[in-house]
Amino acid sequence: MERQSYKGWLYLLPAMLFLGAFLVYPLIDVFIYSFEEGYNSASQTYFGVGGYNYSYVLHDPYFLQALKNTFILVVITVPLSTLIALLISVGLSSIEKLRSLYQTVYFLPYVTNTLAVGLVFMILFRKTPYTDGFVNLVISWFGGKSVDFIDGPYWAKMFVLSFYTIWVVLPFKILILTSALASVRQDYYNAAKIDGTSKLRVFTRITLPMISPTLFYLIITGFIGAFKAYSDAVALFGTDLNAAQMNTIVGYVYDMLYGNGGGYPSYASAAAILLFAIVLTITCINLLVSKKYVHYE
Amino acid sequence: MKVVLQNLTKKFPSRNKKEKTDVVAVSDFTFEIPDGKLIGLLGPSGCGKSTTLNLLSGLLKPTSGRIFFGDDDVTDLPAEHRGVGLVFQNYALYPHLTVLQNILFPLQNLKGDKKLSKPVMLEKAKEAARLVQIDGLLDRKPNELSGGQQQRVAIARALVKMPRILLLDEPLSNLDARLRLQTREEIRRIQHQTGITTVFVTHDQDEAMSISDLIVVMKEGVVQQIGKPQEVYDDPKNLFVAKFLGTPPINVLEGRVKGEKLYLGDQAVLSAPGLADQAVTVGIRPEGFLPQADGPLTCALSRVEVMGRDVSVVCTHPASQNPVIRAIISAETNVPTNTGSVSFRLKPEKVLVFSGESGERLPVTLA
Amino acid sequence: MNYDSIEKSARIRRRVTRVIVYTLLTFWAVMVLFPFYWMLLTSVKSYSAYSSEFVPKLYTLSPTLQNYRDAFTAVPLAQYFVNTVIFTVVTTALMVFVTVLAAFGFARLNFKGKDLAFTIFLSLMMIPNELVIITNFVTVTNLDLRNTFLGLILPSVTSVFYIYLLRENFAQVPDELYYAAKVDGTSDFKYLFKVMIPICRPTIITITILKVIECWNSYVWPRLITDDQAYFLVSNGIQEIRENGFGRENIPAMMAAVVVISVPLIVLFLIFHKKIMAGVARGGTKG
Repeated sequence: MERQSYKGWLYLLPAMLFLGAFLVYPLIDVFIYSFEEGYNSASQTYFGVGGYNYSYVLHDPYFLQALKNTFILVVITVPLSTLIALLISVGLSSIEKLRSLYQTVYFLPYVTNTLAVGLVFMILFRKTPYTDGFVNLVISWFGGKSVDFIDGPYWAKMFVLSFYTIWVVLPFKILILTSALASVRQDYYNAAKIDGTSKLRVFTRITLPMISPTLFYLIITGFIGAFKAYSDAVALFGTDLNAAQMNTIVGYVYDMLYGNGGGYPSYASAAAILLFAIVLTITCINLLVSKKYVHYE
Repeated sequence: MKVVLQNLTKKFPSRNKKEKTDVVAVSDFTFEIPDGKLIGLLGPSGCGKSTTLNLLSGLLKPTSGRIFFGDDDVTDLPAEHRGVGLVFQNYALYPHLTVLQNILFPLQNLKGDKKLSKPVMLEKAKEAARLVQIDGLLDRKPNELSGGQQQRVAIARALVKMPRILLLDEPLSNLDARLRLQTREEIRRIQHQTGITTVFVTHDQDEAMSISDLIVVMKEGVVQQIGKPQEVYDDPKNLFVAKFLGTPPINVLEGRVKGEKLYLGDQAVLSAPGLADQAVTVGIRPEGFLPQADGPLTCALSRVEVMGRDVSVVCTHPASQNPVIRAIISAETNVPTNTGSVSFRLKPEKVLVFSGESGERLPVTLA
Repeated sequence: MNYDSIEKSARIRRRVTRVIVYTLLTFWAVMVLFPFYWMLLTSVKSYSAYSSEFVPKLYTLSPTLQNYRDAFTAVPLAQYFVNTVIFTVVTTALMVFVTVLAAFGFARLNFKGKDLAFTIFLSLMMIPNELVIITNFVTVTNLDLRNTFLGLILPSVTSVFYIYLLRENFAQVPDELYYAAKVDGTSDFKYLFKVMIPICRPTIITITILKVIECWNSYVWPRLITDDQAYFLVSNGIQEIRENGFGRENIPAMMAAVVVISVPLIVLFLIFHKKIMAGVARGGTKG
C-alpha cells in the first residue's frame, strides 16, 4: 500500500510541477501583486499594501475605455452569435444533401490563425487614399456611402470587431449545436408530427427545451470568451489598441504588463482581477437565470 | 373506422451502395381492418410490421398501393392530417413537460375551427387521464414515473384527440413480465371502452394471441396469414406460422406419407386419407400427446418437468428436427419413468402436416 | 376535408422552406470562404496591379508568384515558420507525455489523497489564463528565459482540461482488464502503454490535434515573451510584417505570408476534418 501510494504520486508529479509553477503559484501571486503599491519590477520593491492599484485602474481613462468596449462587444456578439449559430444549425439539420460539406466549410475558421485572417478582414474593410476596399465596393453597389471601418468612426470600428468576433466564434457554436440537435430523438419529432404540431411550435416547445442545456453552456462560455477578447482586436487594429480606441480589458492588462506603456505588473494584476470578478459575477447571474429556463434530464 | 390496405408495398433503397436492389419491407399487403377491432401485427424483427405501422401513421409513404380510412384515400396525406394516435415503443414522452402538459400537447396543436378553449382542453385531458387511470400523476415529469405509468401517459396522449385509429408500436416490450400481463388487459379494456380501431405491433405471439380480435402474421414483408388468434393457431397455413405461434413451440418432425399412412421414422402414427406418398414435415402441438402404453409413437424419455397443473414430458425421437420433443400432459396422467421410454397416442387435430418442400400446409383430415 | 389541396400546399411549403434554407446556408458559406478567396487572390496580384486598383477587382488575369518569393526573402518568414514548428512539436509532445501520466494516475491507480488531489485539480480548470499570465511573465523574465524556446514552451505545456478529458476516457476502460493484467504480472507502466494508450488512442489523437491548433495560433504569450525576431512565431511574425514588414505597405506580399502560415492547419484540417470536428464536439460538450 505504501509503495502503491508513492507510485501514484509519481505519475502525477510532472503535471503537478507544471501546474504548481505556472498555474497555482501565479494565481496566488497575482493577488499579492494587486495589493502591493508602487511595485517596481526592476528592483522588486514596493512602498506599501492597499487598494491603490484598483483605484488607479478604475480611474484610468484607458481602462474605462477598454471596459466600455468589452461590454459593448459582449452585448452585441454573445446574443447575435448564439442566434445565428442556432439558425444555421437548425438549417443544417433540416437538409441532407451537401450537409457535411457545409459543416466542413463552416468549421474552417476554427483552425485558422486569428491574427492572419484578421489581417484579411482589415484589408477587406479598410479605406485608404488608394482604394476604397472591397466592403465599400459592396456598399456602393447598394448606393451607400463609403466608410473607413478601420481608422474611421467608433461605431464602424466596433461593427468590424463584432463582425470578426462572430465570424471567429461561430464554428464552435455551430458544431456544438448541430450535434445537440442531432441527439434529440427522432421519436419526439414523429410524435409531434402525428399530433399535427406546427413547425414553430415543434421548435419552441420541443427542440429548444431539449437543447437548452447546450444552448446555455454556449451562452456561458460565450460570455466568458467575449470578455476575454483581445487578439481579434489586435488583428484588425494593430498592437496599439489604445490609440485606436479599441482596447479591451485583456488588452489593457497586457499593455500594462508589457509594451509601450508597460512595466506595471501591479496595475495589470488589479485589472485582471477586476476582469475575473466581472466574469464570475456574470457567470453566477447566468447560472441563476438558467435554473428557471433550462431543462436538464 | 374501417381501414383498408390495398396492395401496399414499401421498398427501401439498399444500405449497401454497391447493390442497386431495393429492400422490400412490405410486399403487396391487402387487408381490410373491420371497424372497432383490435388488430395484432405479429412477426419476428425485420418482418415489416413496424414499417406497416409507419405507413398507416403517415410517417412513411408507400412505394405503391393505397390506404383508406373509411372511404377516404389517405395514401398521400401527411401524418399530421391523418388523425391517428401513435404510441411509440419507448413512449416518446416529452421529458421537460409534465404528464398533464404531455397529454394537452396534441390538443394545443388544433387550429382554426377545431381550436378548443382552455377549460375544454383541460377537461378532455383529464378525461383521457382517467381512462388510463393516471389522474393522480398529472403534475409529475415522465422520468418520475414507472415504465407502466409512462406507457399509460403515452396512450392517454394518443387518445386525447380522439384519433380515427390508434397505433401501438411494441406497446409492452419495455415492461417487465408482471406489468406486461396487467398492461395488456388494460389495453384491451381501453380499446373496448373507446371502440377505436386499434393496430398494434409485437414480436411476442403470446401478447398478440391474448388480446387481439384478429392477428396478422408477417414474415420478410409478406403476410403469411390473417385470422382470429385461435383459428390461426389451430389452422396455420404454413410451417412458419405454426412454429411462430404457441408456447411451448410446436414440435417439428420429419415424416413421410406412404399408402395413406403418416409415418414418423418407421412408426405409422395416424392415417392420412387421400394424401399422396411424399416426404412431409409434421408439426405436433405439445398438448397433442396422450401417454398410452401401446401408443404408436415411442420416444426416448429424457426427463419429466412438473409445472403444477401440467406436466411437461421431455423426450427425444430420431425424426425430430429439434433436439427434444416437449409434450404437455395433465398432471393426473401417470407417466412411467422407469423404462427409459414413453409411448404416445396423438390427437389428430393437434397434428399438422406440411409439404416437405414448400412448408405449405397439406389439406388432410388425419384420423 | 379536401385532401388534394392539403397535399399540394404541404408540398409547396416544403419546397419553399428548402429554397430558403439552402439560400441561407450558402450565404453564410460564402461569408466564411470569401476571406480565404480574397487572401489567395490578393497574394497572386502583382504589387503594381494591386496598388493601381482603386476599385478592387474580384479576379486577376495575370497571377504572379513574386509575392511568395518576397514573403520568404524580404522578411524572415521561414524563420517564423521553423520556430512555430519547433514550438508546436515540443509543446505538444510534452503535453501528451504529462497528460497521459497524470490521467493514468487519476483514473487507474489508488493511493492516499487521490480524491482530494483530483478535486483541487478540477477546481484549477476555472482559473483563467489572463490571471496567471502576469506572474508567469515576471517569473520567466526573472529566470532570464525571455527570447528562449524554454520560456515559450514551459508555461504552455499543461492543460487541465485535456488531463480531465483523457482521465474520463481512461476511466471507461473496464477494471477487469487491469486486474487480468495484474494477475499476468504486468507492471502498471507496461499496462499503460500496452493496453490503456491503444484503447484510448482516439482521445489522445484528439487532444494532440487540438493542442497543435492551439500552439500554431498562439499569440499572446509569445508576444509577451519574445521581442527578438529570431524567436517570433507566425502570429507575432504576421503582426510584425503588418507593422514593419517589406519597408512599404506591400499588401499582396503580406497576403502571401498569410496564405503560407494558414496552409499547414488548413491542410491538416482537410485531412482530419472528421476527427477534429468530432473531437471538438466531444471536448466542447463534456467540458
